[in-house]
Formats: sequence, structure tokens, C-alpha cells
Amino acid sequence: MGFFTRKRSAESAKERLQLVLVHDRTDLTPGQLEALKDDLLKAISNYIEIDPEAVQIGLERDGRSQRLVADIPLRTVRNVPRRRAG
Amino acid sequence: MTAQVITVTSGKGGVGKTTAVANLATALASDGRKVVCIDGDIGLRNLDVIMGLENRIVYDMVDVIEGRCKLKQAMIRDKHYPELYLIPAAQTRDKNAVSAADMRRLCNELKPEADYIIIDSPAGIERGFKNAIAPADRVLVITNPEVSAVRDADRVVGILEAEEKGSPSLILNRLNPVLVKNNDMLSAEDVLDLLGVHLIGVVPEDETVIIGSNRGAPVVTDPKSRAGQAFRNIAKRIQGQDVPFMDLDQQGGFWGALQRLTGRK
Repeated sequence: MGFFTRKRSAESAKERLQLVLVHDRTDLTPGQLEALKDDLLKAISNYIEIDPEAVQIGLERDGRSQRLVADIPLRTVRNVPRRRAG
Repeated sequence: MTAQVITVTSGKGGVGKTTAVANLATALASDGRKVVCIDGDIGLRNLDVIMGLENRIVYDMVDVIEGRCKLKQAMIRDKHYPELYLIPAAQTRDKNAVSAADMRRLCNELKPEADYIIIDSPAGIERGFKNAIAPADRVLVITNPEVSAVRDADRVVGILEAEEKGSPSLILNRLNPVLVKNNDMLSAEDVLDLLGVHLIGVVPEDETVIIGSNRGAPVVTDPKSRAGQAFRNIAKRIQGQDVPFMDLDQQGGFWGALQRLTGRK
């Protein structure tokens, strides 16, 4: 990257800190967060059909508190009886 | 008289805890308050040299705790302010010589004698830090606009909340307004947004701080020092006064001179 195209460093510092602080505060590594997402999607798929590609799950900050925010679009209901979760 | 106990802590070392304690204590004393500062960094004593009192030490905090002297004998009077005292840390002992209960007892004994007790915490989040926050009525977390210092400050704020010490106030130290303007340093707004705490003051990076520490004279006694002005403002806010934040962009030049003339700073 050239001198004129490089992102100013304060922005990198803030973005990197935002991520690091969320993981420090929740004591959750990025790997664990991925595993949590997978488990959540599996559990939800047992009951309703979802589009795994459109799912967004992440940690958000609100002042000093963190929340796990999930946006999970449902697939349109089909006219076949839904398979019951065993 | 019942003193308010204020602990200054940071997590990371070298961000300016001792400088802040020396300056805030001196500024409060120059406002006519009776102040006792305690160096909580057992084994790595430094507040004495920053305040220029290193040649006057006879007894230290551990001597008081272990009963080798009376509390008054370990209180070193400042050279310029007769109502400012330092209780030095022991230099040849380690942090295990003191417990949180010892610190509470020491502060309780001092409380009727002073308006403010200011404790300089050691770096880290271990025993020395726990001892320093144990007697605190109020905690000031100090940090620099730099990734590792902000991350460590966040850990400390989290621990203070978990220990039910309440939400601390933040001192942002060594801010360089030119770097912030060029977007090469986190701004005060960035740091506040990341940490989510209340801001009590922003201290600009200022070479007078090093000159002051060389001489053992805190910069609040230098009327021309920008950092000194920032620390004087924080001392006023500690006393409950509503002091506007300094405009750090106007470092000099025509506008700075005009604002100083019209008393807007």
C-alpha cells in the first residue's frame, strides 16, 4: 500500500480494539464464537427451516455491556408437513 | 473532616499513574486542601522522587503496618505545601508485606486528618492493585491513547465493576493533538466510546512533565505547562467544580493568545 492510499492508523487501532475488547470482556475466543453459531443454527434447524447463508450472528457492544445479536431469516413455509424434531 | 480516598490505577505500567498522583495531590494542596498521598507500589517506590521528597524518608508504610513507627512519623511533609504529605512505599520489601485489610486500616486512621487520600497503585491486576483499590471511595483509571494501554484499562474497569467498586473515571494522558488531527492517534472520543466510562480529564503530551520529574517538581506548579493546566482542571473536578475541557487544538498562536487574554481557558 502506498503512502496516500493507506488507511490512517487511528482507524485501524479503533477497529482492532473493538474486536479485542468484545472477546476480552466475554472471555470468548473467535473460534468458540464460531462453534456457538454452528450449535445455534443446528438447534434452530431442528424446528424451522432457515437459510444458513443469510444468518448473521455476532457480539455487539452497548456501553459496557455486550449482547449476542442474531439475525436469522426464515425460509418460506413449504406445503409439506414439517419433520418433527426427534 | 473525613477524607475521600481516591486510587489511581491503570493496568499497564508507564502510562503516568505516579505523575498523575503527584500532580493531583499538589494541585489539591494548592487549592487549600489537606492531602495525604500513599505510594502503593511496594518494592518499586517512585512517588517520592517525582515529588522531590526522596531525601526526607525515614520510615515507610510497612514500618507503620508492622508497628515500628507511628503513622505521623511516616508522613513526609511536602517542601512547598505544609498540608501535603507523602507516605512512601517500602523499597526493600515485596507486595506480600501488605494486605487489603492493612490498607483499609491505614486509610481509616488517616481519614479524620485529611480532605483527600490519594493512592498510587502499582501496575498490573494482582495483589498490589487489589490492596490499592480496597480502601478506595473513588477510582481514577489512567490510560494513553494507544492500543495496549486502552486494552489494559478495559480489563481494569471490568475488574472494578466485578469488585463492585462502581464505575471509575478516566484520565486520558499523553494525548498528542497533532497526531489526533492527522488521524494517527485515537481521539478522546474514540477511547471513551471503546471503554464506556466517564471522562474526568485529558492531559496533552508535554515535555514539561519530564522536566518536572527531573527536578522533582510536579508540573501543576508551572503556570505555563499545558499538562499542568490539565491536571489542575482535574483537581477542580475532583472537588466537584464544573470546569470546561481544554481546547487542545489551540496550542499557541494568535487564537491561543487571545483565548488566554480573554480568560476562556
